Amino acid sequence: MGWTGKCTLAYRSGVGDVFKALADPTRRALLDELQERDGQTLFELCTRLIHRGVGSSRQAVSQHLDVLEQAGLVRRRREGRYTFHSLDTSPLRAITRRWRIDPEEDSCGSP
Amino acid sequence: MRITLTSVLVDDQEKALRFYTDVLGFVKKTEVPLGEHRWLTVVSPEAPDGVELVLEPDEHPAARPFKAALVADGIPYTAFTVADVHAETERLKALGVRFTQEPLAMGPVTTAVLDDTCGNLIQIASVPAA
Repeated sequence: MGWTGKCTLAYRSGVGDVFKALADPTRRALLDELQERDGQTLFELCTRLIHRGVGSSRQAVSQHLDVLEQAGLVRRRREGRYTFHSLDTSPLRAITRRWRIDPEEDSCGSP
Repeated sequence: MRITLTSVLVDDQEKALRFYTDVLGFVKKTEVPLGEHRWLTVVSPEAPDGVELVLEPDEHPAARPFKAALVADGIPYTAFTVADVHAETERLKALGVRFTQEPLAMGPVTTAVLDDTCGNLIQIASVPAA
């Protein structure tokens, strides 16, 4: 397999993971909360989900964060004894590069 | 039966006493030497006869891994009530206190989470008067 082949595979698996990651409402809620405040502990994210009415167990939220991290949408940062989570929207660029958005068209909000 | 004591597991009683009094603002209530350690409690100046907080050594081998696991996930095991979480957060930050969660309003309750420098995360919360 040549360099191009490897690249294609990486691209495919990358985008595939993003779609899978976005396909779950709890994971979308986690991204919303991280957009509101970046750099949160697992505890804060769990608290916010409970307040939203979409609370899950800490283990379930942690697993959702694993999926988001594998898709490159969430970054975990160890800082001393703490772990903080941050939003990274850069993987979404591949989607609009693949299916371009008409710049003339206004967005219709977030469904 | 009444609840008169609660505990925090601290890695160093002297350091803990300084933090819980000089920084958080509690006052020392009892101090009894017990060999290597002390029976050491603090109370709130707003409730000197209220619940005492025991600054308990975290010597047991299970205590430190337990504390570390909670801290890694940002979980505060102990919570105190304050009148105004935002004001208290600003006051404590000015004293160099590290927060792992900035003030967060959830309905009527506002919380923040700070590091007690003794291996614990502490939640401060303001709840509306009943």
